[in-house]
Amino acid sequence: MRKKIDLRGWALPAAVLAVWWVATTEGWVNTKLIVPPGNVLLVAAKTLAEPVFWQGVLFSVVRDASGFVLGALTGIALGGLLGASRRAEHVIGPSFHALRQISLFAWLPLLSTWFGYGEGAKLVFIALSTLYPVTLGTFEGVRSITRQHVEVGRIYRFTRTQFAFRLLLPGAAPQIATGLTLGLVSAWVATIGSEFLLANWGNGLGNIIIKGRAAFNVELIIVGMLAIGIVGGMLNHLAARIEARTLHWQARH
Amino acid sequence: MGVASDDARVFAPDARREQAQGPWPAAMRAKLTGATQHLGRIASGLILPGLVLALWWTASHRRWVPEQLLPAPPLVWQTLKDLWVSGDLLSNVAFSASRVGWSLGLGGSIGLTLGFGLALSPTLRAYALPSFNVVSQFPVLGWVPLLIIFAGIDEALKISAISIAAVVPVTLNTFRGVANVPRALLEVASVYRFSLPQLLWRVVLPAAAPSLFTGLRQAVMQAWLSLVFVELLASSEGIGYLIVWGRQLAQPDLVVAGMVVIGGIGVLLDAGLRWLEGRLQGWRSPAF
Repeated sequence: MRKKIDLRGWALPAAVLAVWWVATTEGWVNTKLIVPPGNVLLVAAKTLAEPVFWQGVLFSVVRDASGFVLGALTGIALGGLLGASRRAEHVIGPSFHALRQISLFAWLPLLSTWFGYGEGAKLVFIALSTLYPVTLGTFEGVRSITRQHVEVGRIYRFTRTQFAFRLLLPGAAPQIATGLTLGLVSAWVATIGSEFLLANWGNGLGNIIIKGRAAFNVELIIVGMLAIGIVGGMLNHLAARIEARTLHWQARH
Repeated sequence: MGVASDDARVFAPDARREQAQGPWPAAMRAKLTGATQHLGRIASGLILPGLVLALWWTASHRRWVPEQLLPAPPLVWQTLKDLWVSGDLLSNVAFSASRVGWSLGLGGSIGLTLGFGLALSPTLRAYALPSFNVVSQFPVLGWVPLLIIFAGIDEALKISAISIAAVVPVTLNTFRGVANVPRALLEVASVYRFSLPQLLWRVVLPAAAPSLFTGLRQAVMQAWLSLVFVELLASSEGIGYLIVWGRQLAQPDLVVAGMVVIGGIGVLLDAGLRWLEGRLQGWRSPAF
């Protein structure tokens, strides 16, 4: 039995759009501030035709991906270490949790002092934003592995590398995946945030929007906002598909 | 020793006394090793910060790194003390705290209303949930440039941006918590002919409490994150502004001092939420 598509969900957006359209065409509001929806479409079409926009999107996505990979690898290593060794947990754990309490964006001014305004500071910042959730996820995943599993590994005389790659990583995979998903969301927020805050340096989606704000180009800001949401949504969608594909063996158990 | 064992005998539960057949010093020794273990854990947790601090101190003392990049620890401490004495620290923290407070109040009440509404009314759910799901996908940061256009860069911007950050987690968790109240509980309530306020107050609210708390925790964390972002982007007071100011004056000691304060407030927020969660659970457990 297929469910009928509920059209009621479209009522609210349609109403908002209608009010927006009528209010701007009838001149009830300052159309410089609240721009007509038609203009947004026009600017969107114009922006999408420009290579500069796509270049910005590409820069942001590559920046996001490189920072994410850097942070995710570090996070998996750190989380695995903290999870597998009580001693490491006792020595590193408290510092890790204390540093985690520093709100993410507070790092950016210091990082830009250290690594300059270019890519360096942004990459480290994005990696840091990914590091926290991935480390926590990996830690919990490794802790969920039972003693029995480790004993089986001992019986097979696993080497250290075998323990890490054939027991710890697969055993912790579901929680690592959760951590990676959270890390991806966090990395995208960090990408856009760092581009906003360091708007005069570098190229990216965030830079385009902040420049639109400086020029009071409301249409461009709205288009940029939509682009941020759509790219973020696509990244999450991609991640969910990769997760489903790589963890498909889980369902068999 | 004798007094201690007397105390232990008085306070130890019966079952445990029967189990611990051995002489009392064994229990004492266990307690003692427990205490030393606890101390050992604290000490091992301090190794790394100690090493980092020592390295930091030496690096700045011997001028391995220029002072513009790495301020000396005594300088940071002095800056913190100066900020405290001049009252700048408290006034800026107060600014930030009032922003978070107002936004949590505003965003939280909107989120609670919306979450309860979505969970209790199928009509509202059909009309508003799809739109809400789409809008909540957008990161709060994306809203900020648009909000600057509408609200300027004054308090209205900060309150609205931080409120949006709080609304989304509160709404989602309230909705989930209330919608997932077990049917059995609702049936019991209808057997007892509970009125609607009774149903909400005595069944739905307690059953949804853990979810509501998760919403609160996420909202506080999101609000705190957005606050620092907005203050870094555009503000003339507040704890984030302190850092920007230090950056502009090329005073890294002020930047690090600001980070230390932000970290300290983060620790306090985390501890406060944990305390609240403990109380919540303490109140829950006797029911089952």
